[in-house]
Amino acid sequence: MGIRFVLLVNKQGQTRLAQYYEYLTLEERRALEGEIVRKCLARNDQQCSFVEHRNYKVVYRRYASLFFLVGVDNDENELAILEFIHLLVETMDRHFGNVCELDIMFHLEKAHFMLEEMVMNGCIVETSKTNILSPIQLMDKAS
Amino acid sequence: MALSGMRGLSVFISDIRNCQNKEQERLRVDKELGNIRTRFKNEKGLSPYEKKKYVWKMLYIYMLGYDVDFGHTEAVSLISAPKYPEKQVGYIVTSCLLNENHDFLRMVINTVRNDIIGRNETFQCLALTMVGNIGGRDFSESLAPDVQRLLISSSCRPLVRKKAALCLLRLYRKNPDVVNVDGWSDRMAQLLDERDLGVLTSVMSLLVALVSNNVDAYWNCLPKCVKILERLARNQDIPQEYTYYGIPSPWLQVKTMRVLQYFPTVEDPNTRRALFEVLQRILMGTDVVKNVNKNNASHAVLFEALALVMHLDAEKEMMSQCVALLGKFIAVREPNIRYLGLENMTRMLLVTDVQDIIKRHQAQIITSLKDPDISIRRRALDLLYGMCDITNAKEIVEELLQYLSTADFAMREELALKAAILAEKFAPDLSWYVDVILQLIDKAGDFVSDDIWYRVVQFVTNNEDLQPYAAVKAREYLDKPALHETMVKVSAYILGEYSHLLSRRPGCSPKEIFAIINEKLPTVSTNTVAILLSTFAKILMHTQPPDPELREQIWSIFRKYESYIDVEIQQRAVEYFALSRKGEALVDILAEMPKFPERQSALLKKAEDIEVDTAEQSAIKLRTQQQTSNALVVTDQRPTNGSLPVNQLNLVRIPSQNMEATSHQEMSRENGAVNKVDREPVPSPDLIGDLLAIEGPPSAAVPAEQNMVPSVDATADAIGALALATVNEESNTVQPIGNIADRYNALCLKDSGVLYEDPHIQIGVKAEWRAHHGRVVLFLGNKNTSPLTSVRAVILPPTHLKMELSLVPETIPPRAQVQCPLEVVNLRASRDVAILDFSYNFGTAAVNVKLRLPAVLSKFLQPVAVSAEEFFPQWKSLAGPPSKLQEVVRGVKPLSLPEMANLFASLHLGITPGLDTNPNNLVASATFYSETTRAILCLIRVETDPADRTQLRLTIASVDPTLTFELKELIKENLVDIPKTTTPAPSQAPPLQPQSPVVGSGYNDPGALLAGLL
Repeated sequence: MGIRFVLLVNKQGQTRLAQYYEYLTLEERRALEGEIVRKCLARNDQQCSFVEHRNYKVVYRRYASLFFLVGVDNDENELAILEFIHLLVETMDRHFGNVCELDIMFHLEKAHFMLEEMVMNGCIVETSKTNILSPIQLMDKAS
Repeated sequence: MALSGMRGLSVFISDIRNCQNKEQERLRVDKELGNIRTRFKNEKGLSPYEKKKYVWKMLYIYMLGYDVDFGHTEAVSLISAPKYPEKQVGYIVTSCLLNENHDFLRMVINTVRNDIIGRNETFQCLALTMVGNIGGRDFSESLAPDVQRLLISSSCRPLVRKKAALCLLRLYRKNPDVVNVDGWSDRMAQLLDERDLGVLTSVMSLLVALVSNNVDAYWNCLPKCVKILERLARNQDIPQEYTYYGIPSPWLQVKTMRVLQYFPTVEDPNTRRALFEVLQRILMGTDVVKNVNKNNASHAVLFEALALVMHLDAEKEMMSQCVALLGKFIAVREPNIRYLGLENMTRMLLVTDVQDIIKRHQAQIITSLKDPDISIRRRALDLLYGMCDITNAKEIVEELLQYLSTADFAMREELALKAAILAEKFAPDLSWYVDVILQLIDKAGDFVSDDIWYRVVQFVTNNEDLQPYAAVKAREYLDKPALHETMVKVSAYILGEYSHLLSRRPGCSPKEIFAIINEKLPTVSTNTVAILLSTFAKILMHTQPPDPELREQIWSIFRKYESYIDVEIQQRAVEYFALSRKGEALVDILAEMPKFPERQSALLKKAEDIEVDTAEQSAIKLRTQQQTSNALVVTDQRPTNGSLPVNQLNLVRIPSQNMEATSHQEMSRENGAVNKVDREPVPSPDLIGDLLAIEGPPSAAVPAEQNMVPSVDATADAIGALALATVNEESNTVQPIGNIADRYNALCLKDSGVLYEDPHIQIGVKAEWRAHHGRVVLFLGNKNTSPLTSVRAVILPPTHLKMELSLVPETIPPRAQVQCPLEVVNLRASRDVAILDFSYNFGTAAVNVKLRLPAVLSKFLQPVAVSAEEFFPQWKSLAGPPSKLQEVVRGVKPLSLPEMANLFASLHLGITPGLDTNPNNLVASATFYSETTRAILCLIRVETDPADRTQLRLTIASVDPTLTFELKELIKENLVDIPKTTTPAPSQAPPLQPQSPVVGSGYNDPGALLAGLL
């Protein structure tokens, strides 16, 4: 299936964006977010970017105060996902300019739109920043 | 900072952000939810803009982890809004809040369809995305043709087509028939000619799913994939936008190579050459650079190329390049690369024979076992476990032991189990094995499962040379302060049996041994008390001449426990006390435990359960050398008919008889006279002959059952062995390891594992099933250091299966593993079984076995989720026999509903929760595939009786009466299965008395019946 979820969490463990590609109940989400956030936040820079959790892996990357966590199947290419996170960040950066946690927090809908242009049904759908951002730009113009 | 026009939302988010604690946050959220609820109630006054705002708030609240159980209608209704901003919110929030089974979704199917077939491409994209993310079967049926049309349309722009591709992937997963259109594989091949890399990226994901399910239909895509890979690798015609840090879309490269890993080989020489050129270029041309992102991206491609090369396993030179690269990676400082190096090296171990090269890196791998990063430690542990063999076992196991004391709690159990298995498999000598296990218990007692210490007891009992050594060790450990309780158990047991072998040593007189064990008595749990009482009885028996003082001490303990609250302890105390007053007779009754019959290590079984892919694991096991299997099979002295000494039998029987002073003497004389001792039926369940009987997981029902299980197991084993012997005209001295029937039964419920094993060969199975096709690979592994000759494998297929086995080589070289693919096609529903007639010669021994192959009916089922709308009309239309059959099944093994659901899942039957309102019922459905009938939907309902778990009512419906009947029987077989499959693994129960084969016990081993039929 590939990507199971994308989570953006800050240093305090507060969720800033959550998109799941398999259905989990609210309780399951809460448990999962609690467990993996605890695991990932406890790690330091000298440790690798992959954490094995239950029957899948979490590939994560930290940008300032924000952690980007992507849950993937065990056979997914870890480095490709790691760079996909960076692509997501670069795309946000291109749109917001020096993106920070607050941008994502207060423009939740835009963060969702971007992610939706990039991942669909657990698969990567687009990797060109121009193509990803064009629907949002269209909308901004319209409003 | 405010959202364009949604001030209320910004204010709310700020408020939440300013909350000092969770409680404040909750209050603020509750207030907002109340507000939204009221606004939605007076919906009339709500503008689309306001609706949009509230729906976003709901999503925000949901994201924070609060339940939002209202307002779904409002969210869904926005989908029908005419304007883009509202529609967009409707689609996005709906796909976040709802799941595919939600009823609201059905309300909008038409709107969604109109958006998809409409002319507004932004609407098309929104609709396709939502269906791609949460579309269920309903969508699959009503939308698939439209989505297909969009995907292949030449007038559609790429931005729509890329979404159509992934939407179709979703619909395909919900219902594989959506791509069963004529010429679909040609369409896929055409799609691969696409120039737009966005479309290509999506199409490649779709192709992975299609190819992984049916590689044969898509061979025409193979050359195109290689072309795409060439185009990317050579950076030809790649737009700048798709170049990531100078690397042409690494994600598309990775995906393309993933597709290629589903094709077994590349036959066309030109394509092959082109592919290997590209791979060579990637392997050689990837350098480490300063830029982190570039480095990661190029290595993502490199690791995928490594996986592809390993999969193709063709070019020796390239394989050694791979090993060299991995060797380099596991030594770098960069943790990601090191992690992946270790992970891929473990994978490499499974596909090809590179163990010797990998061993050169052992020191480096051990360093990683001490890495501060648990992810890396886990990979290192897996790799060490995989690469261990007799030459390096000592070193590796000692490293694991050393690591155990500092390891994280999360890893200790796995570590302990792995160390125990390696020690057992590769022990250079048995005293080392005993040392390792005792150290293991000492260092990590809490993480050492009972299986581990049962196993060491078995080894010691079966090896006389080992007994004094084990006793000395056990005695030494008892001197240590703060002993783990498991250590108390194992030491007490061993000293009870063998301390008399030490009695001349200082500190080892019976009195001293008793004193030191007795010290532990007040602090141990009930289970251990039982063992200690047995130990005291044994010490008493071994003390010759009797020591009145010691006897008085022990008796006072027995008397004390005669009124103990636990009935087992009470009984032991009473009986030991009575027995020990018999003087001389005690020696006969409490004689040393006889040898245990050899059986598969419970640990290995446990490990197999843990490993996801047992076939792969067995590939590792195959590398086991012959000497080591000797270490494993320390004794194969299975007691033969009539050879059991009478006094041992007494030990088994006496406790279940009354305790009158004369009874046991009479009994034995009686039995001895008729000389039929070994034909006694299986001892009654209440016997406590087994001194460890009280042990075992407390959850495992009554102890009686625990006693029963191993006996039954031994019986079945024995019959299996007899059956084999008949086939081979008594000349076959090679005994199978493990129970053939058990192995077969397990494989009926999973797709990989060991089908058969004996001291010379192991036959592993790995199967893949797609609709009515199956591909089963037999792994024939020679365990010896000399070749197996005259190897012959013939398939005897039942009439409903077409089976074709590829050529099996006549000779299997020493320690080699041969893979023989077997193609299976299902013609119709039947429960007849296919047989593999397998024979080989080893030295002078000729072995012939007939094995059932797990190509059973359930393998041709695919679980489907059926909605209530689909289920009930079908269910009603199939009114009664022969399409719908009902039966009350009795004698069902007691399963909880979740357990039953698991069983159904392993039979490929999809449970649909919620269809039946009664919580005691299960409803399941599956699609059955066969060449003659195509897909048939099967519906199953199970009504259980919470008051009596041993009976249930089973109803099966499908349009094919034969299928209905066969499926009903299949499910029944699994529900009333012989108790072995779900009871705890037999050897998990305590060691048992050897039982002589019980002929005519009425116990039917299917394997035996089968051999009789042939």
